[in-house]
Amino acid sequence: MHGNRFRHNILTALLLAPATVWLVVFLVLPFVAIAVFSVGERAPEGGYQAAFTLAQYANLPARATAFWNTMMLAPAGALACLLVAYPVAYYLALKAPQRWRLILLALVVIPFWTSLLMRTYAWMYILGGRGIPALLAFVGIEDVRLINTPGAVLLGIVYGYLPLMILPIYVSLERLDRRLLEASADLGATPLSTFLGVTLKLSLPGVMTGFSLVMILLLGEYLIPTLLGGGKVFFIGNALVDLFLQSRNWPFGSAIAITLVAVSVVALIAANRISTRVSGARRVDLI
Amino acid sequence: MSKSYRDGLPISPEKFVDQLMRLKRGSIGRRDFLGLTGLGIATAVMAREIGIMPTPAFAAENLGDRMSIATWPNYHDPQTFENFKKDTGVAVEVNVFGSNEEMLAKLQAGASGWSLFVPTNYTISTYKKLGIIDPLDMAKLPNFDGSQEDPRFTSEGTIDGTTYAVPKNWGTTGFAVNTKKLAKPMTSWKEFWDVAMAEGDGRTMVHDYQLTTIGNALKYYGYSFNSLKQDELAKAEELLLKVKPHLFAVSSDYQPGMRAGDAWMTMCWTNDGAQLHRDIPEIAYVLGKEGGEIWTDFYAIPKDAPNKPAGYALLNYLMTPEVAVKEHLANGAPSTDARVNKLLPKEVLDNPILYPAADLLTPLEFGAAATLTDPGRAELMARFKSA
Repeated sequence: MHGNRFRHNILTALLLAPATVWLVVFLVLPFVAIAVFSVGERAPEGGYQAAFTLAQYANLPARATAFWNTMMLAPAGALACLLVAYPVAYYLALKAPQRWRLILLALVVIPFWTSLLMRTYAWMYILGGRGIPALLAFVGIEDVRLINTPGAVLLGIVYGYLPLMILPIYVSLERLDRRLLEASADLGATPLSTFLGVTLKLSLPGVMTGFSLVMILLLGEYLIPTLLGGGKVFFIGNALVDLFLQSRNWPFGSAIAITLVAVSVVALIAANRISTRVSGARRVDLI
Repeated sequence: MSKSYRDGLPISPEKFVDQLMRLKRGSIGRRDFLGLTGLGIATAVMAREIGIMPTPAFAAENLGDRMSIATWPNYHDPQTFENFKKDTGVAVEVNVFGSNEEMLAKLQAGASGWSLFVPTNYTISTYKKLGIIDPLDMAKLPNFDGSQEDPRFTSEGTIDGTTYAVPKNWGTTGFAVNTKKLAKPMTSWKEFWDVAMAEGDGRTMVHDYQLTTIGNALKYYGYSFNSLKQDELAKAEELLLKVKPHLFAVSSDYQPGMRAGDAWMTMCWTNDGAQLHRDIPEIAYVLGKEGGEIWTDFYAIPKDAPNKPAGYALLNYLMTPEVAVKEHLANGAPSTDARVNKLLPKEVLDNPILYPAADLLTPLEFGAAATLTDPGRAELMARFKSA
C-alpha cells in the first residue's frame, strides 16, 4: 500500500516534470529577472545597471496616458468582439444545419492559423489608399482616409481576436440542454424572454471566458495600433516596446511590465468573480 | 552592340562578368569557370591571365551558407544579395529597422545574430565605447579604398586611428511633398509644421525616431537639430503636442503611405525622396532652409557576429565599385566613394535631391552622439507618442 502510493507519487512527479521545468525556465526565471531589473537603474548608454530603488515605480505616472488608453481599449475591444461573435456563435450552435456546422467552424478557425501580423498587413492594404478608398474614388468619392483611424484599429482588433470569442461561446451554447428551451416556450415565455432568461444566462460562462481571453490579450496589444493606427495611438504595449527597443530604459520598462502583469491578474480575478456571480453559483475556471 | 552579335556568343557579356566575379571570389573553381563560360578552348591563355589576379584573403575561409544583415527600409538592390548568394553560396537574411536606437537595443541585448549592420555616423562612438563592435580587419576588405572616400562624410568611422566602420553612403533628412495635393511651394521646416496643421491635416507623417522628429521640431524655432537644452526641448515638445492630433502617422516606414496617396507629406531621407520622386514625379523632396540633418551610414561588424567571414565577404563585395554603383542606383542615396561617383550616370550626379545646392547643405548638422543616449529626448518622444 505504502509502496504503491510512493510509486504513484514518483509517476506524478515524472509526468509533471517537463511542464514544471518549462514553467520555471520560461516563466518564473524571466519574471524574477524582470522584477530584479525593475528595482535597478538605467545605465548611462541604456540597458540595466544594478541598484535598489523604487524610482522606476515612482515614475509610473509618466506612462499614465498609455495605461489609461489600454484600460479603455481592452474592455471596449473585448465588448466589440463579443457583440460580433455572439450572433455567429449562436447561429453555429443552435441554427446551423448539422452537416454544415463543422465546415463553418473550420472557416472560423482557419484564418487563425495565419500569423496575426500577416492578417493585419492585409488590412493595411485593404484600408490603404489603393484599397477601399481607390474603389470609392472610382465611384466619385475622393480622398477618403480609412487607414490610421480609431475605426481601423477597432476593426483590426475585432477581426484579429474574433475566433477567441466565438469558440468559448459556441461551446457553452452547444452544451445547452434544448429541453430547457422547449420548457420555457411551453410555459408561455416569448422567444425574447427565453433567450434572455435561458440561452443567454446559460452561455454566460462561455461569454466570460471569451471576454477575459480577449481582454487579457488586448492588455498587451501593440501590433494592431502600430500598423492600423499609424503609431499615433499609444498603448502600454507600445510603451514597453519603445522602452526596450528605443530608449533602452530596461528598468522602467520592467517596472511597467510588472505593473501590467499585476493589473492583468486583478482583471482576471475580477472577471472570474463576476462570471461566478452572474452564472449562478457555478465556478468557472479560466486557467 | 547588335542583337545578332550577342546571340552568337556562347555566353552573354553580363553572365561572363558574373562568372568572372565568382571565380575571383573563389566560390567556383577555375575549371568550372572555363566550362560555364564556354571558354574551355582558350584555357591556356585565360588560365595564365586569371592566375595573376589578386585573391582576397577570405577566399580560403569557410563562409558557411547563411548570414544576417541589419539595415534600413528600401535601402538595397535586392539583386545585390541574390548575386552574392550566387557567387558565394551564402544566403543573406535582411532585417529592416526604423531607428538607430532599435539597432543599438538589439545589440545591447546580445545575440542579435547579425554579421553586418548599417549604423549611422553619430552612433559609432557609442558602439565602440560599449565594446559592441570590432575594429575592422582592413586586410579582409581589399575592395575598400580609403583614399577615394570624401573625409567630410567618413571621419566618424575611424576613432583614434582605428577603423570601426566604413561608409555606405551619405544623405540628408528633409521632407517629401505630394505637390498635386499640397500645391503651395514649401522651403522650410516652419512651413512643414504649419502646413501639417492646416492643408496637410490628417495627411502628414513624422518619423518614429526621436533624432529627426524632435530635431526638426527644434528647427521650427531655429534651434540646433541636436539641442539638449531644457527650454529649447520644451518649445519643441509644445509644437509636437500641438501637431500630434493632425498627423496621419508616426512611422519611419512612410513610402507605402506616400505611394498609396494616403499621406501627402512626410519627413524623408534622401534615398526615399529620390525613390519616390523617380516613381511618382509629383512627389518633391525639400530641404528645410533652417537646416536639419546630414548623415552618413556606415557598415560595421558586431563583436558577437555569428558569421564574421561572411560578414567581411559581403562587406568587401559591397565595397566593389561596380556593385556599389548598382546599390546607389537602386536606393538613390549619394555615395561617399569617388570611384563609385565616376561610374554613376550624369543625370544621377545632377539630381538636386541627391546633391543639393551648397547653400542648402551648409546649415545641416550631423547628429550628435549625445542625442542617442539622452533620456530626456527619449521621454519627450514617449510623451509625444502617447499624447
